[in-house]
Amino acid sequence: MTRIRNLASAALLGASALFAFAPLARAQELPPDQLVKNVTVEVVELITKDREIQQGDRAKLIELIDAKVLPHFNFTAMTALALGHSWNKATPEQKKRLTEEFRTLLVRTYASALAAYSEQKLDFRPLRAKPTDTDVTVQVRVLQAGAQPVPIDYSMEKTASGWKVYDVMVGGVSLVANYRTEFNNVVRESGIDGLIKNLAAKNRRFEPGAAKR
Amino acid sequence: MTRLLLVAALAGAAVGCASTAERDPRDPWEPLNRGIYSFNDMLDTAVARPVASAYQKVAPSEVRLRVRNFFGNIGDVFIGVNNFLQGKFEDGVSDWARFAFNTTIGLLGIHDIATDMGYEKHNEDFGQTFGRWGAAAGPYLVLPIVGSSDVRDGIGWGFDFYTDPLNETKPFQARWGLVGLRLIQTRADLLDASRILEEAALDRYVFQRDAYLQRRRNLIYDGRPPREKEPDDEAGDKPQKPATEEKEMHDDPDQKPR
Repeated sequence: MTRIRNLASAALLGASALFAFAPLARAQELPPDQLVKNVTVEVVELITKDREIQQGDRAKLIELIDAKVLPHFNFTAMTALALGHSWNKATPEQKKRLTEEFRTLLVRTYASALAAYSEQKLDFRPLRAKPTDTDVTVQVRVLQAGAQPVPIDYSMEKTASGWKVYDVMVGGVSLVANYRTEFNNVVRESGIDGLIKNLAAKNRRFEPGAAKR
Repeated sequence: MTRLLLVAALAGAAVGCASTAERDPRDPWEPLNRGIYSFNDMLDTAVARPVASAYQKVAPSEVRLRVRNFFGNIGDVFIGVNNFLQGKFEDGVSDWARFAFNTTIGLLGIHDIATDMGYEKHNEDFGQTFGRWGAAAGPYLVLPIVGSSDVRDGIGWGFDFYTDPLNETKPFQARWGLVGLRLIQTRADLLDASRILEEAALDRYVFQRDAYLQRRRNLIYDGRPPREKEPDDEAGDKPQKPATEEKEMHDDPDQKPR
């Protein structure tokens, strides 16, 4: 039972994990753990104070994520990692389309997860890395009453435009790795174009406005 | 018994019609599992989810927190036992201290004061203990009603079930009342997650299975699993992982660092 619950909170938080980012004026100069902390605190504050978002305004929430969170993610890297081998077989145009669709899917998922956030406390762990490292894991733990804390690990890489997230692990579940089997199943059956179509159809089905329940 | 027959029938139907192009080596029983999965899903849609939603609407979050704490406190007893069985004595003592404080000062567990005192809640069960002892996961397995599992965790779940302190509750009406309430509480805690899963996954079965396998591996190693060799590492132009990865398919406790 606890197993199911923990798995589910992992899934939930996995989805919510990306909410934690927002750009800052000096984002490029910040060390990765500081970056994560600052933007997490900022975004959490924004959403808990925004009445419309609190009342379920999904479009506004996505707007907020777009502005604050997305600049800190490297979606091309995430898509490449999720696709594995198939990525190299894709044309530049296909890569572009795939990245766009995957990004839409992830953003919508984060929005849902974020909407479920209810004032859990966050514990920002000190970074264990050398100053010269260019690939680090930033650890945050979500503390919740009556349950084991859920760790969220951001895999981040240093780029010319600052630190960028390329994977999020929630409760030990890597978001990128979790899409790999799914993606490869579709690619094997209907090719890369099939996957693009599949993702696009999925995204249209859940567009804000086409609200479910 | 009728339930078993129904499951068997469903599973048979699934074996008949599933067209799995290529089996995942971790999931050789996929057609059967998918059958049980859709049976569980049906049951969930018809009963568990509506009941849990109603419970969430009727019971204020404060009440639900108390209920969650109450059952969490009972769970700490065997979480402790499992920590002892895995040789993690400090953790085991901490779990039992949690139980002692929460049961007394925390009024039968409804207040989780032990967390405030610095005794963190752990996540252990017999499946994890067996994994820690070196048992391989075996094929992925979807259990009726219980859901995602594998052979090792399924056996572990049997032990969890057998040692469940609620089994001692008498009379049996009270026992089933508590078991039922715990089920509803658990499902209610999952409402957001299951909605998100629906939005996130192309194929919910695959997504849930892979998440389960990743999650369990992580739990067995208490959040510090050895890195595993990604089958597709050499692909992709993006980030190069360190070259220290061990060659390992997915769940190989032989390589545990102890």
